[in-house]
Amino acid sequence: MVELLIYLAAALAGAAVLFALARFIKGPVAADRVVAFDVITIASITGIVLAALAEQREIYLDVALVYALLSFLGVIVIARYLERGL
Amino acid sequence: MIVFDLLGGLLLVAGTSFLLLGGLGLWRMPDIYNRIQAGTKATTLGTLLTLAGAAFLQPTWALKLLLIGVFLIFTNPLSSHLLARAAHRSGAHKTATTVVDHLAEDRTARNTNDQGERG
Amino acid sequence: MSELLLAMSLLLSVVMVGAALVAIQPGRSLPIIILSSGLVSLLASVQYLLLAAPDVAMTEAAIGSGLTTFLFFFVLSRVRGGDRG
Repeated sequence: MVELLIYLAAALAGAAVLFALARFIKGPVAADRVVAFDVITIASITGIVLAALAEQREIYLDVALVYALLSFLGVIVIARYLERGL
Repeated sequence: MIVFDLLGGLLLVAGTSFLLLGGLGLWRMPDIYNRIQAGTKATTLGTLLTLAGAAFLQPTWALKLLLIGVFLIFTNPLSSHLLARAAHRSGAHKTATTVVDHLAEDRTARNTNDQGERG
Repeated sequence: MSELLLAMSLLLSVVMVGAALVAIQPGRSLPIIILSSGLVSLLASVQYLLLAAPDVAMTEAAIGSGLTTFLFFFVLSRVRGGDRG
């Protein structure tokens, strides 16, 4: 029962990643691609949590924490570059 | 504990549904500002619901999941705000139905004030 | 549960190939290429995680995606004649 719900959740998150990838490929301006990058990062945080639930290993959550930090830093660096060049 | 398992699984599916809606909005919205709104608000809520569902499924992980959630709450709106500001300053294309642009109005008002003081 | 990890790994491979295809199109501006390389590196670290190596995943995410992207943008803003946009 719970395994089925985890599978369904992983399928939905994968569909979200595919939509964001389509926007990353198409996106007319650079900021579109940065938003798609952010969405893919957040969806992969969800994927890491789902993998930790599936494998029953708590150590995977540390990687999710590093991911949350890194998406923030990456988006800030790119936004400051687009604004006036770091 | 079957209640906790069921509730956790349903929260996982609800959270990833919000992620899917965010991705769909990212693909369907007409310009960059709408895409930022769809792509960050919906995914923030979706990730928080997913973390809550994981905390229901594995109650001993709750502290670490809470840490990730607090971090997301603090950082995600900040990054989307910075991104929207950068897009506005780099002159991104607005859709035709945009009628209000307060940031540009404020900026032109500040520029005319500066010129008035200088002159 | 290993079917779930296999499916996630295949999906991540597809996304990595898509991001790499964005990077190698001709006439692409440099910040987009750097962003694409950061995305490929980030998803590679998820692949390491799915192969049950969380420490390698953490290092790859911190260095390959965070530090390298930051360093590239820093240098690009210092180089004379670097393109914007």
